[in-house]
Amino acid sequence: MLPERIQIIDMTLRDGSHSFDHQYTPAQMAAISKGLDEAGVDYIEIGHGDGLGASSLQYGLSAATDAEYLQAVSAVVERAKIGVLLLPGIGLKEDLEMAKGYGVRAAKIACLVTEVDIGQQHIELAKSLGLEAIGFMMMSHLIEPEQVAIKAKLFADYGADIVYVVDSAGALLPADVKARITRTRELVNIPVGFHAHNNLGCAVGNALAAVEAGATYIDVALCGLGAGAGNAQSEAVVAALMKMGYKTGVDLYKISDVAQDIARPMLRRPQEIDRAALMLGYSGVYSSFLLHTYRAAEKFGVDARDILVELGRRKTVGGQEDMIVDVAFELSQKP
Amino acid sequence: MKLKGRIRVAIIGPGNIGTDLMYKVLRSKNLKLDLVAGVVENSEGLALARKEGVPVTSGGIGPILENQEIKIVFDATGAKAHFIHAPMLAAAGKIAIDLTPAAVGPYVVPAVNIEDHLNSPNINLITCGGQATIPIVYAINKAAGVLYAEIVATISSKSAGPGTRQNIDEFTKTTAAGLVKIGGAQRGKAIIILNPADPPILMRNTIYTLVRENSAAEIKKAVDDMVALIQEYVPGYRLKMPPLIEGNKVTTMIEVKGAGDYLPEYSGNLDIITAAAVSVAEKLAVNLLQQSGGEVVA
Repeated sequence: MLPERIQIIDMTLRDGSHSFDHQYTPAQMAAISKGLDEAGVDYIEIGHGDGLGASSLQYGLSAATDAEYLQAVSAVVERAKIGVLLLPGIGLKEDLEMAKGYGVRAAKIACLVTEVDIGQQHIELAKSLGLEAIGFMMMSHLIEPEQVAIKAKLFADYGADIVYVVDSAGALLPADVKARITRTRELVNIPVGFHAHNNLGCAVGNALAAVEAGATYIDVALCGLGAGAGNAQSEAVVAALMKMGYKTGVDLYKISDVAQDIARPMLRRPQEIDRAALMLGYSGVYSSFLLHTYRAAEKFGVDARDILVELGRRKTVGGQEDMIVDVAFELSQKP
Repeated sequence: MKLKGRIRVAIIGPGNIGTDLMYKVLRSKNLKLDLVAGVVENSEGLALARKEGVPVTSGGIGPILENQEIKIVFDATGAKAHFIHAPMLAAAGKIAIDLTPAAVGPYVVPAVNIEDHLNSPNINLITCGGQATIPIVYAINKAAGVLYAEIVATISSKSAGPGTRQNIDEFTKTTAAGLVKIGGAQRGKAIIILNPADPPILMRNTIYTLVRENSAAEIKKAVDDMVALIQEYVPGYRLKMPPLIEGNKVTTMIEVKGAGDYLPEYSGNLDIITAAAVSVAEKLAVNLLQQSGGEVVA
């Protein structure tokens, strides 16, 4: 039996910020969020690509502050829930409290899948602020389905309302996604979500596989924006789910209009699977590394793919953008 | 009273940090370890102390307070416990070297500001990330003026204990405050990342600064000098990438390999704070001996 509804969480204004080097203006965020709200998405997640408090030399300075973005978006969104993401170790409790002040209703607490316990204090804080707390298990390709499910259980025990399997590196194939979602659903009794990256060209297919395995929350982005080769494309996921018989509450014409008429003209570069993005998925490297890698490759005169393969070999994880310069520097020192 | 030879010290909290600290104190020329205090009679930490011939107690802080000879106490328990211990130790006239994030006393990095706090009854060692990065910010600030300092401390998952994991916000906030207060930056930001790779990675730190003056040669020399100074008490402290200067942005990378006293070599993050604690205690010991007119063992 099909679930009543699939919840659509749009990433255009958060993960999509990576595609813009975090240079969205608050006015651009307002325009896109208004369109998304009218199209009927359930959640609009906004902010720097690496979440609250992430505007930094390490991850890139954003064009505006978290508060400025939240103010611009909350002024125009009437129906959808506004969401934020926080990585413990980067964002602080104060940031979450500030976001709550702008009417944010959902907070993703994003931890590396092996380090879920560092998110306990933030899940508890989100709950105490009256927010929907979403446990977000990044780099879920790193460990086996059974282990992923055990980590999901931790988030559920901390009080999370929803738990996500997150393919940060775009390294999972549909069968891998199904296995992780299925085992997680067996072990936890809260709704399960899925977040895809398109580095191997599997984002939409993986999102559909997740839904078939029982995920009821799906992250999408207009035009497939997002780190690396991007997230699952909002318009395509909505259309495919409709064909499969699922309800999303999203108007297909309206969401494809927002994508085509509002978001697409803002693009700074084509959102596609180029050779370095492909290597992210192939080597299992965090998608946000892509643009930083291009810059380091140019600065040190080395091949971006060599940097990514080495980062994969060293098992770097989300947040370690400084390793890109480290590895590029080392490669440039080799005769 | 005239003090002679070595200053008597105690350790409270014989966990990973306290035990690693014990081996370092046992090597010190100025310090004599009089007591290791815990609360669990058959803990591994107390057993290892007994094996080294160090007197132990499972009676907590009480026996330390009663011992008049003990002048310096390392607190390797937790922030909550240290809030209770701090006034007791102060009342008993003992100097506390605090390895918890309680921050009761002034922030101290041995290579930077211990001379300012030789008479403080309580000394706080900030965080491991702070010990590794603040001195570099301090050096660059002296050379070129730091408008903004941002550090990224990456440690192996295996060397991040429950104290760090459950209080990650406190770690970042305390470290950021240290970048400003001790490093001299006008603004500071700290980021901590755990890496689960196996075999575990060494602790690594990236220090970004935005500087007022573009003085590449002065910056490089200041950083080299500071690294040498830190290596005196943390032999595994190493410049991974010398200052990379792009406009007014300076990027420096540091790697810390632990001494492997009790904790494995990858736990450079823990080694740097226990090494800092012993370095501080040695300076305090010399000061106590000199103040009392006693002899300093060279």
